[in-house]
Amino acid sequence: MVYRARYITQGIAKVFIWIAALSTIGVMILILFQVLAEGIPALHLRFFLDSPKNMGREGGILPTIIGTFALTAVAVLFATPLGVGTAIFLREYTRESRISRMIRFGTDCLAGVPSIIFGLFGFVFFVIYLNMGWSILSGGLTLAAMILPTIISTAEEAIKGIPPSYREVSYSLGGTKWQTVTHTILPSALPGIFTGILLSVGRSIGETAAVILTAGSSLMMPTSLFSPIRTMSVHFYILAREGISIKMAYGTGAALILLVLFVNTVANWLLNRYIRHRA
Amino acid sequence: MPLEYKMVIKDFSFYYQSFQALRNIDLKISTKGIFAIFGPARSGKTTLLKSLNRLTDLIFGTKHTGNIFLDGADIYNPQLSPTQLRRRIGMVFDLPTPLPMSIFDNMAYGPKLGGTTQKRRLSEIIEKGLRSAVLWDEVKDRLHTSALRLSGGQQQRLCIARILALEPEVLLLDNPCSGLDPISTASIEETLRQLKNEYTIILVPNSIQQASRVAD
Repeated sequence: MVYRARYITQGIAKVFIWIAALSTIGVMILILFQVLAEGIPALHLRFFLDSPKNMGREGGILPTIIGTFALTAVAVLFATPLGVGTAIFLREYTRESRISRMIRFGTDCLAGVPSIIFGLFGFVFFVIYLNMGWSILSGGLTLAAMILPTIISTAEEAIKGIPPSYREVSYSLGGTKWQTVTHTILPSALPGIFTGILLSVGRSIGETAAVILTAGSSLMMPTSLFSPIRTMSVHFYILAREGISIKMAYGTGAALILLVLFVNTVANWLLNRYIRHRA
Repeated sequence: MPLEYKMVIKDFSFYYQSFQALRNIDLKISTKGIFAIFGPARSGKTTLLKSLNRLTDLIFGTKHTGNIFLDGADIYNPQLSPTQLRRRIGMVFDLPTPLPMSIFDNMAYGPKLGGTTQKRRLSEIIEKGLRSAVLWDEVKDRLHTSALRLSGGQQQRLCIARILALEPEVLLLDNPCSGLDPISTASIEETLRQLKNEYTIILVPNSIQQASRVAD
């Protein structure tokens, strides 16, 4: 009897786990299929290379692609050194103390703040107070603040996972603390740090609320870090929300998905090459 | 203090927070040859070795009393840099600990951090170190493959070679053959017998038999 009951439990668990996995994949495929099916007819080479005309009813989306890349690049370039530096401080330069607990509590809180609040902060602080206006810089810095907690916590996890023996070896070979960090800790933590950066890139590309408030929604081609821009996500939002062109909105959505897929594929390829090289 | 002793340990005690790991150790270690340290498990052998090159500095909440001298100079003298000290007193741990990089980079790690960057000079140092640890012939054709692909015994000899590349004066070997098969053990013991004419070696051996095979 016991055997039989166990057998049934086993069966139920198996069915449940299969349903969970399949429905996750199903939802993903459904979304991808729908956006791509509606969007791909709008995708031509010109769509990627032309500027929008008539509010986006015609023409392409080149300025929004450039805007998306520029904004994400600024965010990652500012957040990565700060975040990784904080993680190194927490793991290598201080032990568990009131200060480290405060920093960790702070980042956890920051991680839970809705993006619109970051947008409001960015608008008041960067756009108005620092007088940077709606610009790539304002938007990028706002996004940097938004992704900082992710970068800190993934980098900290990565550093935590490094065997303590690596440190001992580095010190016993005459390494200083800083040399140990740059020659042993960071190279070993790089895959984890990189994963955190990828997650952050995904969030930055997809963000709309914070971006509209800080980088504006201009369709002009940006000329400097102080130009206002419109990202692809914002473009999609405005086209759909204002009912300008559902066809072009889906085109933008499809282009966005393909772009994210492309970035992720390249990044994973690079990462695997790096890991293989070391193992 | 007579200089036929390379290291002198005087009334040395060591504490992890409130736990006392070493109590009033007095030891005199002669220049060159192998000095073996015995003791039951968890009796503080590793702590003693790590105190000798100040790796214990890395652990929070430790303190010590007494003195350790290297060539008559107190190693805990605040003016002495622990980084320099560790280049003079090399340590090999009880499990093989190659860093996740190529054999060449493992060997070059210490010399590079010490400021040797010239490729030719590095190659010389590396070949010499690997030859001293009797590993050269096995790895000379694959210096640029990952050190993690070597066998356990080869990895441990790489760790010895890596320390030798720094040309230290004292070698601390913490049970270097634990977890190795008899053949690897034999080749490491052979390496030790060759090294003891040039280095002061402090060894925590696997067994009394091992001590009698290699120590003085």
